[in-house]
Amino acid sequence: MAFTNEQLERYSRHILLSEVGVKGQKKLLDARVLIIGAGGLGAPCALYLAAAGVGTIGVADADEVDLSNLQRQVIHSTPDVGKAKVESAKESINAINPDVTVKTYRTFVSADNVMDLISDYDFIIDGTDNFPAKFLINDACVLAKKPFSHAGIIRFKGQLMTYVPGQGPCYRCVFKNPPPPDAVPTCRQAGVIGTMGGVIGTLQAMEAIKYFIGKGELLTGSLLTYDALSMTFRKIKLPKNPGCEVCGEHPSILAPFDYEQAVCDLK
Amino acid sequence: MILTVAGNKKEYADGLTVAELIEIEQIETPQYATVSVDDEFISGDAFGETQLHDGASVEFLYFMGGGQ
Repeated sequence: MAFTNEQLERYSRHILLSEVGVKGQKKLLDARVLIIGAGGLGAPCALYLAAAGVGTIGVADADEVDLSNLQRQVIHSTPDVGKAKVESAKESINAINPDVTVKTYRTFVSADNVMDLISDYDFIIDGTDNFPAKFLINDACVLAKKPFSHAGIIRFKGQLMTYVPGQGPCYRCVFKNPPPPDAVPTCRQAGVIGTMGGVIGTLQAMEAIKYFIGKGELLTGSLLTYDALSMTFRKIKLPKNPGCEVCGEHPSILAPFDYEQAVCDLK
Repeated sequence: MILTVAGNKKEYADGLTVAELIEIEQIETPQYATVSVDDEFISGDAFGETQLHDGASVEFLYFMGGGQ
């Protein structure tokens, strides 16, 4: 596929980079990324992937835009309140870059649909807000051998890691099982500074882009933590866990399954 | 002995266990924290018996569930 003049201009700042160039930009245009959760993390991630020219972006989210989302979910605007998040996200992505094909899935991701959903994509972004979903996405991606970016944010803190099959630990290697409901606060209960989604969601987009252009070091085998109040980033080495129930030497999880959802997350 | 805890080097009493370090460092909800010593995970039921050695590097990893 040859670039049009408009594409050469649109992506000129990428093409100038020796790490991207025409070749890397073509890889981005051929790339397919699924974003699960069009919220605090997924919103900035989707906007930057769209601007970067990721050719196919899938967005999965069952919710509608709420006024309380707009403090951080920058893909949605005030007139979108009440609209399905996937529709609002699609409109914003199309407005930024008509090169992008957007596929929308207005659904909760569960054990019943997760394998189907991820099967059409090359890289998955976990932008969900609860532990059952985060473990489900991890297990499904490990089982389907799909790379993904995990992230979590709360208050003034955020963290992320990247899983690539065969290259380091998965989320379950580190955290084993979800904590009991309400043992660890979610941002609906504890609050989150809106900018945090922007920082961490954009870092997730950066990981996806680096994965596709094949340059630099990914956060495989590392957890990057960010504390906004002390303005500290730390990259913590993560060992692989040979006893991991899904990616270890003798896995006992052979198919994705749902944990019971905390009541406060069902809203 | 000197330990590096969450990236900070500090002096601690010799023979300290992971469980004692958790108390000294006032780790919140330690039952849900993942601990690594010299890049190896320590299982929760071994916190009491795992003694730290001079120069060890300890990390505490926390659940972070938000995102929407």
